[in-house]
Amino acid sequence: MKKLFQTAAASIIALTAATSHAEDIKPAVVFDMGGKFDKSFNEGVYNGVEKFSKETGIKYREFEVTNPSQREQAIRKMAQRGADPIVGVGFAQGPAIEKVAKEYPDIRFTIIDSVVDLPNVQSIEFKEHEGSFLVGVLATMASKSKKVGFIGGMDIPLIRKFACGFAQGAKYANSSAEVFSNMTGTTPSAWNDPSKGSELAKSQFDKGADVIFAAAGGTGIGVYQAAKDEGKYAIGVDSNQNHLQPGTMLTSMTKGVDVAAYNAFKSAMDGTWKPGKHALGLAENGVDWALDDNNKSLITDAMKAKVKEAREGIIAGSISVHDYKTDNSCPAL
Amino acid sequence: MSSPSKALPAWIDVGVIPLINILLAFFVSGIVILIIGEDPIEAVKIVVYGAFGNDYNIGYTLHYTTNFIFTGLAVAVAFHASLFNIGGEGQAYIGGLGVGLLCLALDQYVPFWIILPLAIAASGLFGAAWAYVPAYLQAYRGSHIVITTIMFNFIAFSLMNYILVNVLIEPGQMSPESRDFLTSAQMPTMQEAVGWFGIEIEKSPLNLSILLALFSCTFVWLFIWHTRWGYAIRMFGFNENAANYSGINTQRLVVGTMCLSGVLAGFVGINEIMGNHNRVMLDFVAGAGFTGIAVALMGRNHPVGIIIASLLFGTLYQGGAELSFEIPTIQGEMVKAIQGLVILFCGALAYMSRPTIERIFTAIVESNGTAKEQTNG
Amino acid sequence: MSVERIKTQGSEAVGGQSAPPPAIELKAISKSFGPVKANQNVDLKVLPGTIHGIIGENGAGKSTLMSILYGFYEADSGEILINGQKKKIHSSRDAISFGIGMVHQHFMLVETFTVLENVMLGAEGAPLLNKSSQSARKELLKLSKEYSLAVDPDAMTGDLPVGLQQRVEILKALYRGAEILILDEPTGVLTPQETDQLFKILDILRSRGVSIILITHKLQEIMAITDRVSVMRAGTMVSERETSETSKNELAELMVGRKVLLEVDKTDANPGEILLEAKNLSYKEDGVTKLDNVSLTLRAGEIVGIAGVSGNGQTELLAALSGICPLQSGSIDIGSTQITPKNHKNPKEFRELSVGHVPEDRHRMGMVTAFTAQETAIMGFHEDPAYNGKILMNNKAVQEHCTRLMQDYDVRPEDPKLKSANFSGGNQQKLVLAREMDRRPEVLLVGQPTRGVDIGAIEFIHKNLIAMRDAGSAILVVSVELEEIMSLSDRILVMFEGRIVGEVSGKEADARQLGLLMGNAGTQSTGSEQQNNNNTTHSEEIPA
Repeated sequence: MKKLFQTAAASIIALTAATSHAEDIKPAVVFDMGGKFDKSFNEGVYNGVEKFSKETGIKYREFEVTNPSQREQAIRKMAQRGADPIVGVGFAQGPAIEKVAKEYPDIRFTIIDSVVDLPNVQSIEFKEHEGSFLVGVLATMASKSKKVGFIGGMDIPLIRKFACGFAQGAKYANSSAEVFSNMTGTTPSAWNDPSKGSELAKSQFDKGADVIFAAAGGTGIGVYQAAKDEGKYAIGVDSNQNHLQPGTMLTSMTKGVDVAAYNAFKSAMDGTWKPGKHALGLAENGVDWALDDNNKSLITDAMKAKVKEAREGIIAGSISVHDYKTDNSCPAL
Repeated sequence: MSSPSKALPAWIDVGVIPLINILLAFFVSGIVILIIGEDPIEAVKIVVYGAFGNDYNIGYTLHYTTNFIFTGLAVAVAFHASLFNIGGEGQAYIGGLGVGLLCLALDQYVPFWIILPLAIAASGLFGAAWAYVPAYLQAYRGSHIVITTIMFNFIAFSLMNYILVNVLIEPGQMSPESRDFLTSAQMPTMQEAVGWFGIEIEKSPLNLSILLALFSCTFVWLFIWHTRWGYAIRMFGFNENAANYSGINTQRLVVGTMCLSGVLAGFVGINEIMGNHNRVMLDFVAGAGFTGIAVALMGRNHPVGIIIASLLFGTLYQGGAELSFEIPTIQGEMVKAIQGLVILFCGALAYMSRPTIERIFTAIVESNGTAKEQTNG
Repeated sequence: MSVERIKTQGSEAVGGQSAPPPAIELKAISKSFGPVKANQNVDLKVLPGTIHGIIGENGAGKSTLMSILYGFYEADSGEILINGQKKKIHSSRDAISFGIGMVHQHFMLVETFTVLENVMLGAEGAPLLNKSSQSARKELLKLSKEYSLAVDPDAMTGDLPVGLQQRVEILKALYRGAEILILDEPTGVLTPQETDQLFKILDILRSRGVSIILITHKLQEIMAITDRVSVMRAGTMVSERETSETSKNELAELMVGRKVLLEVDKTDANPGEILLEAKNLSYKEDGVTKLDNVSLTLRAGEIVGIAGVSGNGQTELLAALSGICPLQSGSIDIGSTQITPKNHKNPKEFRELSVGHVPEDRHRMGMVTAFTAQETAIMGFHEDPAYNGKILMNNKAVQEHCTRLMQDYDVRPEDPKLKSANFSGGNQQKLVLAREMDRRPEVLLVGQPTRGVDIGAIEFIHKNLIAMRDAGSAILVVSVELEEIMSLSDRILVMFEGRIVGEVSGKEADARQLGLLMGNAGTQSTGSEQQNNNNTTHSEEIPA
């Protein structure tokens, strides 16, 4: 009954939309290596498409690739089966989407975290540097030593982008702030190595840091634990992770991956799906910082004011946050 | 004194027993599939169709097979010298880096037929270089090759990552990948190749590297069993003292064998980098180096066995992917478990069924062979 | 069951009214491995409290028969009676429970365990080791007293000399309650003196009522210790004799199935020029001196024998003279070439200097058991252009070469493609000898020429070595079989702790004198050779 109602409600919404009407869509999603339960990026997408499926009752096809050759294979297979739209997760699927999208110009593709410039591809990127900038501001302000740390997962440009935004934010709040940056490793296992995360965190604490931002997937769990053990602060990533260690989680830098995935399906259903490049930053609510019951006692009014100032500055363009990947370098680090 | 030689005919040893082992593995897998509430017969159908149902699927199956032949041969060659090369993964990775660097450097200047031999040489050379250091440490410094090759896998991952992130990456590009090669540095796909003869097939990653794989099989067969170097390798592998006694320079032999092993593993780079992805990227080996160990084990370190085992694993990889595509409850992990069962039954438990088969065989021979004359005194 | 017993007693009654049933009786045992019939209708009766010898050539079926008795294999047909009772033995566990113990040719001991731990292993008796270890120690000491088998229970097994390790094996069997003891080729690894001691132990065991089956291919041992002897040939039991009523020659003939020459027939040597001269060779391994200032010369047309208890530097001497171990000090002159630590030559280059080498242990070094015969037949010469094309090997030439060797040296079966492991010990040794001798090397080094080789092949090998000497080669023979050294050598050098401690002319040598030199007691009085040969700290007391 409920499902019926939801479907009906969705139809009504679609009918009332001025420009379009509901489509009978066959959505599909191709998760990347790591799988849909990676406690990070893939899982965010999974949550988004699950939410869509629950709300609309529409089933989706899915596949988890286990080696690079399967990306193109899986996406093409989805296209052959008439899936539309097809969501590709992660920048690594960019080239595969590009190839298959050319072969199937009538099918809509959405790629998250990468840009594919084709008329039937929607590219969604996040301005992680902007969100990281905000948590960088909060970190420096919460820090007594004015030394803050960053711990990344696998050393790839995306993570350097986080690091770079964070460092700029930290220095924006206090130009003499010092930022330590470490990467957990160079293999995918760096995404899931809590003990190494904990070690790196402790060594940064030893150097005087008292707030650490971890953008490292499952490795972050170890960082948060170390912060709790030492009575220092940690900052979560991707989703709101404040609840993991209430009291020592200063905040989380949230990335609306789930919303992006949900919107890709939803807009296709509504007929509002649009190809092209979508960079989701602070202005689009694609990235943000998390404030909830778990951390509200840690955030002072001064911090709120400063971060509000920064946010407005970034949206208005008066503060420009350097994006690491534009030139593969970071002046702040 | 007289150890009883329980000699079974070769066709049972290399044909019937592995077949029974595979069937056992499938049987146990079937039970597991039944437990999670799916139909095992349907699953087998999907795997077989997924691997061989059409030219596109066959293309993928054979593409994986090509990788496994290279890494299986690499492990086998080292194993003939009693060296356990766990470093196929890293050697393949670095081999691919070699191919990539060469292609990126030359694809604007020279045509394909000049790039091809150079790229093959580069993949082999880089793979061999990656095997050389552990081999040298084993031969002259006594470090254990298993440990050092594993360590070199990690070093290979880091090196590749470093080079991709800091050197080869296209600016403004998110993923750590090089630019695409120009067509002059792309191995013709099987689709193009058979197209020259007017045959049309679906495009798949299968490319002409498979010919290099088959050539390598022939080469390894000749080299190991029909040259004095192969003779020395086998002697050293069976009995190091005997090799010393025979005046073989065992240190040089260890280094040489490992380098050859590295060359073969490095050829994976030709198949993946030049033949499939056409750019340098992360993770393209995707475990083929480790699968090569299972392949060599199942193939009894013989090229023919390795081709068959590679085909089996190619089937499991491709058919298994199809399986998790068609039946979402059978996830990637499940497919890995099935692959694990095959390795378990065909590798670790390879001799489990032997005594039973031996008994059955002896019974059959005796029941109709009483007239047979005894030849051995 | 009862029917069986009556039957047994009935058959026993022929021997004597009150005679007890045989400790072991095997009836019509047959066992095949595929087409090979290892045992055919074998009967055997071992009377209680006797030593029963089983003699036969390699591959005659002795080991198979004992493996059936000890439960490693099950017979295809036939029955086993123990103390008159019909038993089924499915495993060695069964055999042990019926009071059968076995001492294997290659010891089944954990070298890093103490004697006590080895004896207890598999018979711990209680989940907690501490308690059972105390009672085991008591039991072990009782046993060693009762049977005069003195061993330190806390000694590390691997540190013990071979003779004592064997003693541990015997104790292990007795600890498990063995009343019937099977010894498989027990003297293969022992010195003459250790052999004497073993026989004394066996004598004591016999006097305490233990029945012993002694498997061997050495005739003198059968004559020395057994009460009765059974002869096996080609899987069948060909005859049984009272030891006192037979002779070595008769047994040899029964074993081989034809007349054999036990003594080596040779003329006096006619030594010519020096072909190899080693000066002041010393060699250390891990700080232990293995060779200590060894000098020797080998002349054309003579056989020089090296006598010594194994492990006194013979292995290293052969390794040095064949190039396997680089020299550390001293020099070797071969013809006009001088080899020194600075001018090292590898084994291949030694071969090119016309030095042939038959290693002491063919399985460890002289051959590759997994190779086919033809592959074994070219070891060390595999780079010879005769067997190689530009790139590929000329397998046809290799096969032809091997076939010729097999014909010339009577290697059977004459099948170059057969795996080396599938030849009998004697034929393996002939193949290795053929490979080395066929090149007519000027110098031939031979280690243990007839170890694990049956009588027929020994005769053949000795004849060929002498023929080669007469053709002008210099031959160095290393052997732990004194008899072999004495019958082959024109000159005998005795090695002890890496030194050459004596030289005796082959004609004048006698076993007693050599035995004393081997224990480095040549200058002492000749009364107590057994004690003196023990150059370790373990003293042994054997009451008469």
